[in-house]
Amino acid sequence: MQYLLMIYSDEAAEATMSEADAQAEVAAYKADAGAMAQAGVLVGGERLRPTSDATSVRIRGGKTELLNGPYADTREQLGGYFMVEVPDLDAALHWAARCPTAPHGTIEVRPVWPM
Amino acid sequence: MKDAGLTTLPGPAATAEAVARRSRGKLVAMLGARTRDLAPAEDALADAFAAALASWPQQGVPANPEGQRLVRAKSRIRQAGIPFAVPALAELPARLAAVLDAVYACYAEAWCDPAGTDARRTNLADEALWLASLVASLLPVEPEALGLLSLMLHSHARRAARRDDAGRYVPLAAQDTRRWDARMLAEAERLLHRAAALALAPGAGLQRLGRFQLEAAIQSAHGARRFTGVADWPAILALYDALLRLTASPVVALNRAVALAEVAGPAAGLAALDALAGDARLADHQPTWAARADLLQRLGRGAEAVVAYDRAIGLEADPAVRAFLLQRRAASG
Repeated sequence: MQYLLMIYSDEAAEATMSEADAQAEVAAYKADAGAMAQAGVLVGGERLRPTSDATSVRIRGGKTELLNGPYADTREQLGGYFMVEVPDLDAALHWAARCPTAPHGTIEVRPVWPM
Repeated sequence: MKDAGLTTLPGPAATAEAVARRSRGKLVAMLGARTRDLAPAEDALADAFAAALASWPQQGVPANPEGQRLVRAKSRIRQAGIPFAVPALAELPARLAAVLDAVYACYAEAWCDPAGTDARRTNLADEALWLASLVASLLPVEPEALGLLSLMLHSHARRAARRDDAGRYVPLAAQDTRRWDARMLAEAERLLHRAAALALAPGAGLQRLGRFQLEAAIQSAHGARRFTGVADWPAILALYDALLRLTASPVVALNRAVALAEVAGPAAGLAALDALAGDARLADHQPTWAARADLLQRLGRGAEAVVAYDRAIGLEADPAVRAFLLQRRAASG
């Protein structure tokens, strides 16, 4: 069963993080992805650039509209994701709890709807 | 206005609350055992508490408030026509193991929040300790019940030492023993001695020496550091050997390898870890990799230690422990 782990955190808080803390976070994420790969559950995953680099697209009245910024302006923003292949939701939640962002942000876990 | 003699006396409402806190769990358990259903027991008890709060201020607090509550709640269960059965004595041994396991699982869940910042989990630890005390007080000649309470008190006594003043994780071997709760440890030791006396009494039978007594004894041997400055590693190794024969648990085998490293050196410990490497149950277990990393580091194999630390870091969910592992990784690179 595949699950998407969506990693939400406060971009403003992360921008003010000390250099040492930021490096530790990157090292922790590398270790996290490595442990998932070693466990054979990692399908994919990436870190995303901040929402200031986002462009939102929609078509209204036959016209394509481009908006600078994220779709939803929330306090916590999507900053990255992992796709995991695990037996059940419990296993997916275990991996979500191990994400270095979990103690200060939120990891939304969504089962993939197979097509 | 101020009348010290009267104002220091607890009012009936305060007494009702104190009795409720102290005895609610016990009363629910007693009532629940009859109905085999906790919800009606809790309802009946709530009803009895409400009646007590209404009548005690007028009539005064009865000599045995718990007993009065129980009588009232029982009569409500009878009126509701709820069937009940008291488990037979012969069923006890088989049930006890499951009860002790459940209480310990409850405590272990709470233990995942060592800083005690999550109020629900703190309550869970207190609830588990209370349940273990209750079982031990109901079965004072059952060594495993005493062993479980001793084990939990040993762990609980070290709670304050698991973090330093800056909130950083402190592993057991580096903990400041002055931050351990000496009174709680004394009680844990007393319980363990009583359990051992019961389990090793002539005619007791070997089956009375169980997992929780052995685990409590291991914690007691760690606690020896209070007096001697070092944990009693040979005793810890011997106890893990006994525990491994009893449980065949891979986590016990892992802990045994760590103890072996302290007694016979890091190479011997690493060889024991290598022998466990094929066990899939340990592959995603953080301590497997932290232990391996530590031994590799002590053997001067820094590059391999970094790889093992990465695996441990990726498997850890507690930010304080993760920060500790990141620091150890940086020191071995």
